[in-house]
Amino acid sequence: MHETIRRGAAGLAALFLSAPAWAAAKAEPAIPDPARDWDRLWNEVIFDITIIGILFAIVTAWFIWQGRRRPGNEVGASPKLSPASAVGWVVIPIFVFLSIDLYTAANGWVLWNTYRDVPDKRLEIKLESGMYSWDYTYPNGVRTQNELVVPAGMPVVLRMTSRDTLHSHYIPDFRVKEDSMPGRITYLWFNPTKPGEHIVTCAEYCGVMHGYMAGRIIVKAPEEYAAWIKGEETKLAAASAPEPAAPAASKPAKPAAKKT
Amino acid sequence: MNLKEWIFTTDHKRVGVLYLIGSIAAFAVAGIMAMLMRIELSTIGPTITANPTQYNVWLYTHGAVMILGFQIPALTGFFANYCIPLMIGAKDVAFPRVNALSVWLFYVGVILALLTFFIPDPPDVMWTGYPPYSTITTGNTAMYSFTVLILGFASIIGGVNFLTTVAYMRAPGITLNKLNIFVWCTLAAFVLQLIFVPVLGTAVSLISMDKYLGTNFFDPTKGGDVLTYQNLFWFYSHPAVYVIFLPFIGVVYEIISVHARNAVFNYKMVVYGGVGGIVLLAGEVWVHHLYVSGMADWLRIGQMVTTLLISIPVGLMMIGLIGTLYKGSIAFNTPMLYGLGVVFLFLIGGLTGIPLAVPSLTLGVSDTYYVVGHFHYVMAVAGTFAIFGGVYHWFPKMTGKMYNEFWGKLGFWLTFVGVNIVFWIMMDIGVQGMPRRYYDYAHFPQFESAHQWMTAGAAVLAVGFAIAVLNWIMGAINGKPAGDNPWNSPSLEWTTVSPPPHGNWPSPPAVAEDWHPYGYKKA
Repeated sequence: MHETIRRGAAGLAALFLSAPAWAAAKAEPAIPDPARDWDRLWNEVIFDITIIGILFAIVTAWFIWQGRRRPGNEVGASPKLSPASAVGWVVIPIFVFLSIDLYTAANGWVLWNTYRDVPDKRLEIKLESGMYSWDYTYPNGVRTQNELVVPAGMPVVLRMTSRDTLHSHYIPDFRVKEDSMPGRITYLWFNPTKPGEHIVTCAEYCGVMHGYMAGRIIVKAPEEYAAWIKGEETKLAAASAPEPAAPAASKPAKPAAKKT
Repeated sequence: MNLKEWIFTTDHKRVGVLYLIGSIAAFAVAGIMAMLMRIELSTIGPTITANPTQYNVWLYTHGAVMILGFQIPALTGFFANYCIPLMIGAKDVAFPRVNALSVWLFYVGVILALLTFFIPDPPDVMWTGYPPYSTITTGNTAMYSFTVLILGFASIIGGVNFLTTVAYMRAPGITLNKLNIFVWCTLAAFVLQLIFVPVLGTAVSLISMDKYLGTNFFDPTKGGDVLTYQNLFWFYSHPAVYVIFLPFIGVVYEIISVHARNAVFNYKMVVYGGVGGIVLLAGEVWVHHLYVSGMADWLRIGQMVTTLLISIPVGLMMIGLIGTLYKGSIAFNTPMLYGLGVVFLFLIGGLTGIPLAVPSLTLGVSDTYYVVGHFHYVMAVAGTFAIFGGVYHWFPKMTGKMYNEFWGKLGFWLTFVGVNIVFWIMMDIGVQGMPRRYYDYAHFPQFESAHQWMTAGAAVLAVGFAIAVLNWIMGAINGKPAGDNPWNSPSLEWTTVSPPPHGNWPSPPAVAEDWHPYGYKKA
């Protein structure tokens, strides 16, 4: 508890004294890694609540043991509180909880800014989700379904909408998700630092086949990615030599949810 | 004892028992749904049904019926009806016929909910009913809307009734500072119901209007907005969590105080700081259900702070509970085991909610099993344990008979072990990425053994709950006589005979100047 109180007090002070400093901290050149920051804050919060929980549990267990009914202890003897201590039992816990709350809020806010401030150097992808697929469009018009190929080391931002129901583009490895819906554009970004494959899964109930709505993010080394996107671009150019009519503005008739 | 007398009763105790029977039936049905889901999830791919819609209907029924058909009616229907008039020394509630109407409506609502299994197009919209899915599904969304409307209306008229009852019908000498904590908690819950249920009614009505009458409240192609529904829905449904939390923690206060024979620690802190603080904050935190829904950033940050502040009143209530144990005289009988169980389960549930108050952390865990595990600990399981403990606690009053301690304790331990297996594992795989509401998890094969453990744990807890319900039925039929006040409690409901007659006391009870519901004396 002591550690928590100390940190809490520090957080309280931080909130009031250093708010302007956060704004200034944005100037650092390195690309932030929200997923790594998430792990750090998550572990810290879990550590704190574990300590608080164990303390409460030990105190409770001790009270239960020492207060068990036995000969000579037939009726409770809780101390009568003086008005001052009754007030103290309200005010002191309030300040303890408040400092923990504000400390958590301050840390959460810093991480929030990391998640919402998209770095300037980035790959912009349009995502339209639908029952039951993720449809990605690259800046050069290349389209993929359920497979997003991105270069390592380049932040990727998804501008998302949906053509039917709610969906949520959840990438567990990057600790990020955000709903997509018709009529609004939402966004999320992530920082794929090294080559590899990551699962994308739908995290908002979207219909009968919700549990099967999955895809992959394939992170390639920058030069491999460059080759891949070049190839796709060539294919696209070949396929669309006679410029096809732009697809009708997405105004789909309400698709009926099919039962299977 | 004839059936007609029970159906047309206006006696608050019988209305309460009717609520109890209906809500336990609802609990059994919703519990069976949970078991079916657990069995389905025990293997990757189809296990007992090859139809995802079937699974989604179970999931819808489990959520909607547990909340609207079991917890809210058991707490604000059964406990409020049975205990409040007895605790304040009243003969009955202020409007007994309105009370009868509310229990009838409750039965209509429950029957409507159960018709889900007999219509060809059962609703599959989850208990949240989010559009656009709820307006385009072939499932019967109207069924969902009307179930919510009817149960909500039953609850509102109950609320008006009890606020009036406590305001005007307290026995002479029972001042506001001599009300049982349970009475305070339940009043606060009814205040929340009166303020917020109409918003839910609006939300589910608009859904059905969109689907069946061609309006476009939630259709962006025609000027509507999808997120409006989520705001309306959670503007009620977050306070609804406190509508469940407040009465159940009130029940736990009664149990712990009586079985520790110890005055409630810092009564005014609990009432004004705890209950009052929750009422004040209840309506300002709903956005934490929408942290990943695409809400405006400033709202997410603002309600992060209000959500974290909830820890203050809730923390004060925990201090009150644990303080009540200090220097007590604790008997480890069945109701007390459930009461103490709630303290530990709620501790886990409450603390695991702190990360969920932080929007940046929910980007990782929102809509995963972590959330499901958390809210089962904090609300579903803690609430259900409080309800079971409360039924055991007032069982001698209701029936005049005693339940069997051995079976009671066995049932408790089975459920206690079972819920911890299920929901601890659930939180664990949630953090690793298992999303909720999945009929199948083919792309997460690494979680199969965890799912099997959870299914096993669910079987254990189901046996525990079944033992408890059977124990009540056997106890009501042939339990030993319990006497009027087996727990030696000074609280007013124990001063009349068991079971109390119509009108509760032969002559109106009077309380002494120094009387307090928690003023324990040596037996």
